[in-house]
Amino acid sequence: MSSSVIGGPITRIDGKLKVTGGAKYAADYPIEKLAYGVAVPSTIADGKIARIDSVKAEKMPGVLAVFHHDNFDKLYRPAGAFEELSRPGESRPPFEDGNIYYYGQFVALVVADTFQQAQDAAANVHVTYDEKAPLVLLNQATTSNTTLAKKYSRGDADSAFPKAPVQLDQTYTTPTETHNPMEMHATIAVWNKDKVTLYESSQGVVNHHNVMSEMLGIPLENIEVISKFIGSGFGGKLFPWPHSLLAAVAARKLGRPVKVSVPRTLMFTTVGHRPATQQRMRLGATQDGKLVSFQNDILQHTSLVDDYVEDCTQVSSLLYSSPNNTAIQHLARLNVGTPTPMRGPGRTPALFAIESAMDELAIKLNMDALELRLKNYAETDEASNLPWSSKHLREAYQTGADRFGWSKRNPKVGSMRNGDLIQGWGMATCTWPAGRHAAEVRVRLLADGTARASCATQDIGTGTYTVFAQVVSDKTGLPLGKIQVVLGDSALPPGPTSGGSSVTSTVLPAIVEATQKAVDAVIQVAVYTPNSPFQNVDAKTLKMTQGRIHAQDKSPDTGVPFQDILALRNLVGLDGHAKTDADPDVKKFSTHSFGAHFCEISFDPGIARLRITRWLTVIDSGRMVNAKTARNQILGGVVMGIGMGLFEATIYDTRNGHPINNNFADYIVPVNADIPEMDCIFLDYPDTVLNEYGARGVGEIGLTGVASALTSAVYHATGVRVRDLPIRMEQLLV
Amino acid sequence: MEAFQFNQAKTVSSALEAVRSQTEAKFVAGGTTLVDLMKLNVEIPKKVVDINSLPLTQIESTPDGGLKIGAMVRNSDLAHDETVQQRYTVLSEALLSGASPQLRNMASTGGNLLQRTRCYYFRDTAYPCNKREPGSGCPAIDGFNRIHAILGTSEHCIATHPSDMAVAMMALEAVVHIQGAHGERNVPLNDFYLLPGSTPNRENVLALGDLITYVTLPPLTNGTRSHYLKLRDRASYEFALSSAAVVALLSGHRIQRVRIALGGVGTKPWRSMEAEQILEGREASENNFRAAAEAALKDAKPRHDNAFKVELAKRCLTRTLKNVTQFA
Repeated sequence: MSSSVIGGPITRIDGKLKVTGGAKYAADYPIEKLAYGVAVPSTIADGKIARIDSVKAEKMPGVLAVFHHDNFDKLYRPAGAFEELSRPGESRPPFEDGNIYYYGQFVALVVADTFQQAQDAAANVHVTYDEKAPLVLLNQATTSNTTLAKKYSRGDADSAFPKAPVQLDQTYTTPTETHNPMEMHATIAVWNKDKVTLYESSQGVVNHHNVMSEMLGIPLENIEVISKFIGSGFGGKLFPWPHSLLAAVAARKLGRPVKVSVPRTLMFTTVGHRPATQQRMRLGATQDGKLVSFQNDILQHTSLVDDYVEDCTQVSSLLYSSPNNTAIQHLARLNVGTPTPMRGPGRTPALFAIESAMDELAIKLNMDALELRLKNYAETDEASNLPWSSKHLREAYQTGADRFGWSKRNPKVGSMRNGDLIQGWGMATCTWPAGRHAAEVRVRLLADGTARASCATQDIGTGTYTVFAQVVSDKTGLPLGKIQVVLGDSALPPGPTSGGSSVTSTVLPAIVEATQKAVDAVIQVAVYTPNSPFQNVDAKTLKMTQGRIHAQDKSPDTGVPFQDILALRNLVGLDGHAKTDADPDVKKFSTHSFGAHFCEISFDPGIARLRITRWLTVIDSGRMVNAKTARNQILGGVVMGIGMGLFEATIYDTRNGHPINNNFADYIVPVNADIPEMDCIFLDYPDTVLNEYGARGVGEIGLTGVASALTSAVYHATGVRVRDLPIRMEQLLV
Repeated sequence: MEAFQFNQAKTVSSALEAVRSQTEAKFVAGGTTLVDLMKLNVEIPKKVVDINSLPLTQIESTPDGGLKIGAMVRNSDLAHDETVQQRYTVLSEALLSGASPQLRNMASTGGNLLQRTRCYYFRDTAYPCNKREPGSGCPAIDGFNRIHAILGTSEHCIATHPSDMAVAMMALEAVVHIQGAHGERNVPLNDFYLLPGSTPNRENVLALGDLITYVTLPPLTNGTRSHYLKLRDRASYEFALSSAAVVALLSGHRIQRVRIALGGVGTKPWRSMEAEQILEGREASENNFRAAAEAALKDAKPRHDNAFKVELAKRCLTRTLKNVTQFA
């Protein structure tokens, strides 16, 4: 635990494979006799299929089959919330019937010898519909298609708010956003008799395995899900989507491996998105800025097929101290595909509303934005009445303010100038819950002097492979180069889904324990084997350092390499296997990460040109396991937040529910030129409630709060309060 | 994408021969527009003639002090040409504000003039589109039209012309040299593009089998300054929401001669002679710039989502005029 292999800036062990093209992604596997499936998407958002005319397509060269709801195998719905780890992206099996619930829903699948043939034939499948006018925008929702999803309450906010001396009542909206990882979704299904291997781009091979077993109706042992490298997912690949089932069934019916890739245009319809939210914030405060009432009324959309909740209530209930608090969330059913978690789900839209409202309240009170946060600092989690396991947000605010120079901020709108340009400074809080789930890990010390760690979790690009190697290295003293990490295969011991910034905190205890058990096994062999230099030595006096077994009170040089011990008995390796649970202590504490963003924008009023010029984030997220990948996660999260603040919005044509900007030219995300000088400071206080290293997780927190820091800075520069994201130049043409 | 016949032409005459009497033939240069549109089944040529080997890659000074640019000169090469950078600054700036380095390395001068619109509805064959099929309808007029044109529109089409280069060339009064079945002809760029009217499928004066061979830029009087300003949501790699190209010659504080074109707001690269007339002979002042901008946008016809472009274009032009006339 003292070695710099934990906490230092460690380069990804899989980096070379990725940059040299050696890493195989789902669609990359060279499979013999592979056939190609191309899906035909619905061009309406509400109605029924009247007729599918596939006569022409079926006769086209190379076409093997055209599948649709009249000729597909029976599929089942997954257990979903009735079981653990059985969550689909969309619970309706593809081709279940002729109903259409959203634009882009798969209505047919053409399979052909080549991708080009399948694509050509797919364009020649003609589908006619009985079409109804769809409902695709949140502001079109009425009470008849809206249901209650979440409700939190303490005290009596409804009574307290009207009596509060200072009141703020504003509504904030965030648009639909689409994940758009670089690597698009893809599945290759390969059957061998009654067993199927699925090459996937999945953030959760264990869950994928379970769901496919349930939906296909075949035993778990007949399915293997492989996802070795993932070109990121941002949440969009947490749960299986219909294309995976299409590939599996088509391959079974044709007796031939089938690949189904999701093209970029359909990444906007059939594999989830962050739903639009509308949040009415009501804050009541005393004249000196103490919150007496905190209310968030949230409306978000979901599909007609599933209830997806983008939980904005939890963070609303606990971020600030207030005796009276309500957070009520409703779902509106729209003709869109099922939404799914996108990096920082719930908290990201919630913090846009909460932190914008806090900024507006500070202005009303004529108080500094940071001072208002400190005034309402939550010393405990007032929603659960639990102490924080470790919270250093006050220090994060202070460190950020000092480094940024916040005290030099002139609060007057438009007062900070740099020539003809106006500067705006903004800040916001960021937060994300921390957790730890169950995990199993196997660590094997091998006769060739290497170690092998395995687990059915996966590395979505965040550095999980490297974390495994770091811990094994820390506990054995073996260099990283001698440690092989095997992930992304459902046949391995079950590991966590890569979501919720919880993989690192979850797997650490299991890797530690498994490694220790493997080392203990070697020591046992050393003690009980004739001709061993340690025969009959008390096992408790031995340890392993630098890959060598030695007496605890002597230097490693006096010991022997562990593989020499294995050789004494002609052993190929020794295993340590650990199964760790969700930490029981979690129930005694509220475990959250916190932090603060500070940003500077530059505004050219003549041409409404907005540029971000400086960004600083301070993070209190437990101890960093890998300074390099952690920093990468935070800065990446901020970049994504800048996209949310300035650019991202999936735009539906209200006439047919078609996301018309369904490509990378029209769905705008930041380019390098949009990103300023950025810095990130980690406070690095270990939170040992979760694991011995004190690590929490950093995947999502960086994104939360970014958009409100930006709109606060924009207000400071321009006097324009943007309450509807993204910030557009038309709002700034003042 | 549909199957097509593919030919490579080594000379201008063989290129013309290859498309003669072919109604559904296309020349392909950099392919940065055509190939995309073929993948989308928006363009379905039966025959594609590759003109990348044509000897039209020179940038040469003309005897009168102008510049002759081969149709196959790549956008990157043109942008970084020393003469262009020094004398035709507006053109270099416009080119470098467009697309990405990778695209500019491929895109040709002739091809850039023929870029087709980014209208969502034009690019998706699930929709009717008068530009694709005259008379089928325009879903953009009542659809989402934030990126659409406010100048030169008709009840049949409001698609924006996407080029930056063509806007600069419009202000430079470029001339397009065309080789066709009946020989060579020269068309001033200002007469090259057609307004959509009821035939938005016809975007320019090129006839079947015509090939752009050169673009010439007339000489500029010594002391002429020029500038291109492009406004868009992100800082790079995006089409203009509004842009302006200004070429001006000052005499003291007075504007002796000025040429103005706007991008991102018109159905074609938009030359504004109204704005030029207001400024010529007048003082280079903020008030006069704004008056010129008002004149340029006088006939603007905004739709549901693009009303902001009227003010944005005025500010864009005002700022460009200010930048170009600033005294050292």
